[in-house]
Amino acid sequence: MTSAKQNILARLKAAQTRQHRNSALDQAGVNQIAANRIKETSRAYTETDRLNKFTTALQASHAEVIDCTKDEWPKMLIGLIETRKLTHWLYSEKTETGRRFSQDVCTALPALEAIPYSTPVEQLKETLFNQIDAAITEAHGAIAETGTLVIIPGPEEPRLMSLVPPVHVVLLRKSKIIDTFDQLLEQENWSEAGLPTNVLLISGPSKTADIQQTLAYGAHGPKSLIVILI
Amino acid sequence: MSAPFRDQAIHALQDEQLRENFRGAMDFLQGKRKAVFSDTIELENLRQQGHQIKAEALANLPELLEQLDSQCSKNGIQVHWAETPEQACEIIHGIIEQNNGKLAVKGKSMVSEEIGLNHYLEARGIECLESDMGEYIVQLAQETPSHIIMPAIHKSKSQIATLFNATIPDTPYTENVDELIGTGRRILREKFQKADIGISGVNFAVAETGTLCLVENEGNGRMCTTVPPVHIAITGIEKVIPRLSDLPPLLSLLTRSATGQLITTYFNLISSPRKPDEKDGPEAVHLVLLDNGRSRMYQHPELRETLRCIRCGACMNHCPVYTRIGGHAYGTVYPGPIGQVVMPQINGLDQQGEMTEGCSLNGACGEVCPVEIPLPDLIRKLREERVQPQPAESPVNGAGSHRTRVEATAWRFWRWVYQHPELYRIVTWWATRLGSMLPNRLGPWTRTRVKPVIARQSLHEIMRERSNQPD
Ligand code: SF4
Repeated sequence: MTSAKQNILARLKAAQTRQHRNSALDQAGVNQIAANRIKETSRAYTETDRLNKFTTALQASHAEVIDCTKDEWPKMLIGLIETRKLTHWLYSEKTETGRRFSQDVCTALPALEAIPYSTPVEQLKETLFNQIDAAITEAHGAIAETGTLVIIPGPEEPRLMSLVPPVHVVLLRKSKIIDTFDQLLEQENWSEAGLPTNVLLISGPSKTADIQQTLAYGAHGPKSLIVILI
Repeated sequence: MSAPFRDQAIHALQDEQLRENFRGAMDFLQGKRKAVFSDTIELENLRQQGHQIKAEALANLPELLEQLDSQCSKNGIQVHWAETPEQACEIIHGIIEQNNGKLAVKGKSMVSEEIGLNHYLEARGIECLESDMGEYIVQLAQETPSHIIMPAIHKSKSQIATLFNATIPDTPYTENVDELIGTGRRILREKFQKADIGISGVNFAVAETGTLCLVENEGNGRMCTTVPPVHIAITGIEKVIPRLSDLPPLLSLLTRSATGQLITTYFNLISSPRKPDEKDGPEAVHLVLLDNGRSRMYQHPELRETLRCIRCGACMNHCPVYTRIGGHAYGTVYPGPIGQVVMPQINGLDQQGEMTEGCSLNGACGEVCPVEIPLPDLIRKLREERVQPQPAESPVNGAGSHRTRVEATAWRFWRWVYQHPELYRIVTWWATRLGSMLPNRLGPWTRTRVKPVIARQSLHEIMRERSNQPD
């Protein structure tokens, strides 16, 4: 289809040179605009404000946020698993969270079935869609302003961990919360380094309002999102 | 392009249930948007940024598209270009055939509606299932979306309950929304597992990194772009933006304008197919770039502003006409103000020019548009193009198609009178004196109104008399 490409580009370029080029902003001006924008939108929250902002916004999107500590979370999770009767779990063998889950949580609950996401989805699909109750993963970071988790799936924690199981538990280090999306992009420098296969911003459990504007959770993805702050 | 717009609008106005459904939905969406943009200074600031970013993207459109193409290819995303809907359908069908695909699941994509993809694939034995809840409902009902963001907005809960009960086996009638959504979830989850192809739209395509961005709440978009072995994304060429740093303001404008959300549940940035050590994600990702009249819009110095649109739907949510007649009355893929600007440019003013009349030029759409598209000006411009005396010089398809001799002569006469004060005085003197002789029926004007009562003296006359009076 090179001809379609050439035709489209030729039409656009012809129109561009004819009259519109002058509306193009010069590059220096453009950079200035971008810089101003980041300055205008950047928030500088104090640590407490940031945490509050994040928690409030995420809770407003119907997620549960549990304040915990690095040492205590497995114990807390055990309690949660017992009350909610979540018996089939998906975890990663390759992350610290996954390892602690399998050591501390699974050993304490012998009835728990924990399956590592260590085979390609093709071999796991059936189990993944039909048997798993919950998955536990780590967050790469978070954005306070909108109450958003930054999730970067990859070989260690594949994409579907945060999508298919009805309950998604995410461990987030408080120190990783930043103020805005702009700051995230600045910090990660993806525009130069390139992006990972997939980057996800997740703000709450899956939802829909497609039936008469009535909110319903768990449209296609998790019905509940539980964020454990450590 | 079924019945004329005017007839469909009249028909829609008589449907009480439909009007109630739309009124409720539009009030809800307007309220939500207003609440989330409580800071009006921030809103104006953001809109200016949105305007600038998209204007810059348009000014450099061909270069950005080339950059997008090469960055995507570098990332392993295969890029295809289509000039027409037929070409786009052929490309997509070709990819599906190559992969022996039988079942495709589709995330929300207005461009796929624009090219009539479902029908095209169905006719060739490929099942193409909508997976967005609203789109799924609309597909079950064998209808088309009536809103670009909330496709099933024209239906009430009970109408959907009846539909599910009648079309999905073993589904009892229930108006419980959680149960209804549960039914959809169950059926679609089976399909996600089986599908060989996932199809999606694109909200923003970032040129500098070759990244496809999708905005959604349900997670069906993520399913479609992750579970099946092949992902095909389709989008209009105007969706390209220069840099990653353009995303924060645009995303914020989009979600807040569309549904009044600070951010949607998922913002999904896809930059490549599955890498060798990864365990899920599609093995192949394709991007289809569709022109379908966009490069023609690009040639018009004013109408090209149409291409800034980020498809948020705010213009229809605030349009007094759309709110009353609903999306189907327009009979087009894109309804409401943006539809009135886009559709006649795609299909020609001769085919779809009539819909430009369904506008009172009240300006609400232009005021809410997150990228400051002057929609009322564009609608007026299209009306002008429709009666263009030199259609050959206009880049708009079907320009001049509505021009009539009588109307043109009448206006020419009026201009002549207006330019000559003496003549103007005589004409208005007679018009006011003979005003009472106006017939009771004045064509379309008196179809829903009483005939106007003409004053017995013109304003000029009255003012002249007054200024001559000694006080
Ligand atoms: S024209 Fe403006 S308001 Fe309407 S859908 Fe496009 S971006 Fe939104």
